Amino acid sequence: MWKDAVDSFVYETLGMGGRAAEALDFFIYDTVKIFLLLTVIIFAVTFLRSFFPTEIVRDYLSKRHPLFGHLSAALFGIITPFCSCSAIPLFLGFLQARIPLGVTFSYLVSAPMNNEIAIAMLFALFGWKVTLLYIGFGLLVAIVSGLIIGRLNLEDEVLIKVEPVEGELPKCEMTISVRERLIEAWRYTADILRKVWLYVVAGIAVGAFIHGYVPTDLIVSVAGNDAWYAVPVATILGVPMYSNAAGVMPLIEVLTQKGMLMGTALSFMMAVTALSLPEAMILKKILSTKLITIFFSTVAIGIMLIGYIFNGVLG
Amino acid sequence: MTIEILGTGCAKCRALEENVKQAVARSGKFAQIKKVDDITEIMKYGVMSTPGLVVDSKVVSVGKVLSVDEIVKLIS
Repeated sequence: MWKDAVDSFVYETLGMGGRAAEALDFFIYDTVKIFLLLTVIIFAVTFLRSFFPTEIVRDYLSKRHPLFGHLSAALFGIITPFCSCSAIPLFLGFLQARIPLGVTFSYLVSAPMNNEIAIAMLFALFGWKVTLLYIGFGLLVAIVSGLIIGRLNLEDEVLIKVEPVEGELPKCEMTISVRERLIEAWRYTADILRKVWLYVVAGIAVGAFIHGYVPTDLIVSVAGNDAWYAVPVATILGVPMYSNAAGVMPLIEVLTQKGMLMGTALSFMMAVTALSLPEAMILKKILSTKLITIFFSTVAIGIMLIGYIFNGVLG
Repeated sequence: MTIEILGTGCAKCRALEENVKQAVARSGKFAQIKKVDDITEIMKYGVMSTPGLVVDSKVVSVGKVLSVDEIVKLIS
């Protein structure tokens, strides 16, 4: 319906044609659709998340069996808010509650990967199927990485020693009304939109340009082939993109439409969200370089494997 | 009254500290404002999402920048 409205505006009202019209049509259609969905999804996710503060997750995980812990830690990563600036207190808080190191890492991989912006953008651009695949495989990477790190006995690589709390953990005495949660969620959504809108518009603009002007053959020859290096290159390129996740995704949408393989695209998107340099710099204060390297390489290998498997099955 | 702001120095923590100062000035209360940036001190309160706000040793808010109005309500 919206597509028809934009089509008639560009081709009939403006009387445009050719490549410029195609690019403009794409730009208007995508911009409105993405911002509408971003607003709705971020608002809904933020509101739901306000019921699951990390403190509650910690209390829950500390009482569970480690094996079940990896699964629930990864799942909680989806519904809890995460900001790389609180990665340290979160990490130490988990250890303080005697949650095993591996389970903590399962959470630490899952939480940034399943952040509200990534989920909203994925849903807006690729639909629910790809979003579910992304979340599902993201959970798998988080669980397996956590299991591996847990097996390696790396507890001594945590540089700050926290004393495990005896008995009950300190309680947060807070009651928040639904009204307050809604206001807070709206404030947060507006804040995020303010931060990312320029990247999103720029991303869509470049995407629209590619959509209208760059020949499909060129993209297929660069990103679409099933050469063995496509997935690792996509993963490495994703690492420095962390802060621009919202701007990068519209590009990926166009690239996949033009023939980039979905597994390569998934690897890239996961690398953008899960392998964050700022987070690594922050964690460097409390973790040894060895542990951070193991953490990053385990997750990177997991992400690449998913890309390969996906390309192999669907390619 | 003692008001503590828990945070390891992220932008949000500074914003909260600024709001706390304004709120205290507006409420006219006598309050001691303390910025806690030592991670082991923060952990003692069991807070994991910074910034956290502690009023008289009680955690009243975690993980968000409260507005000046909200803080005034909390401390009066």
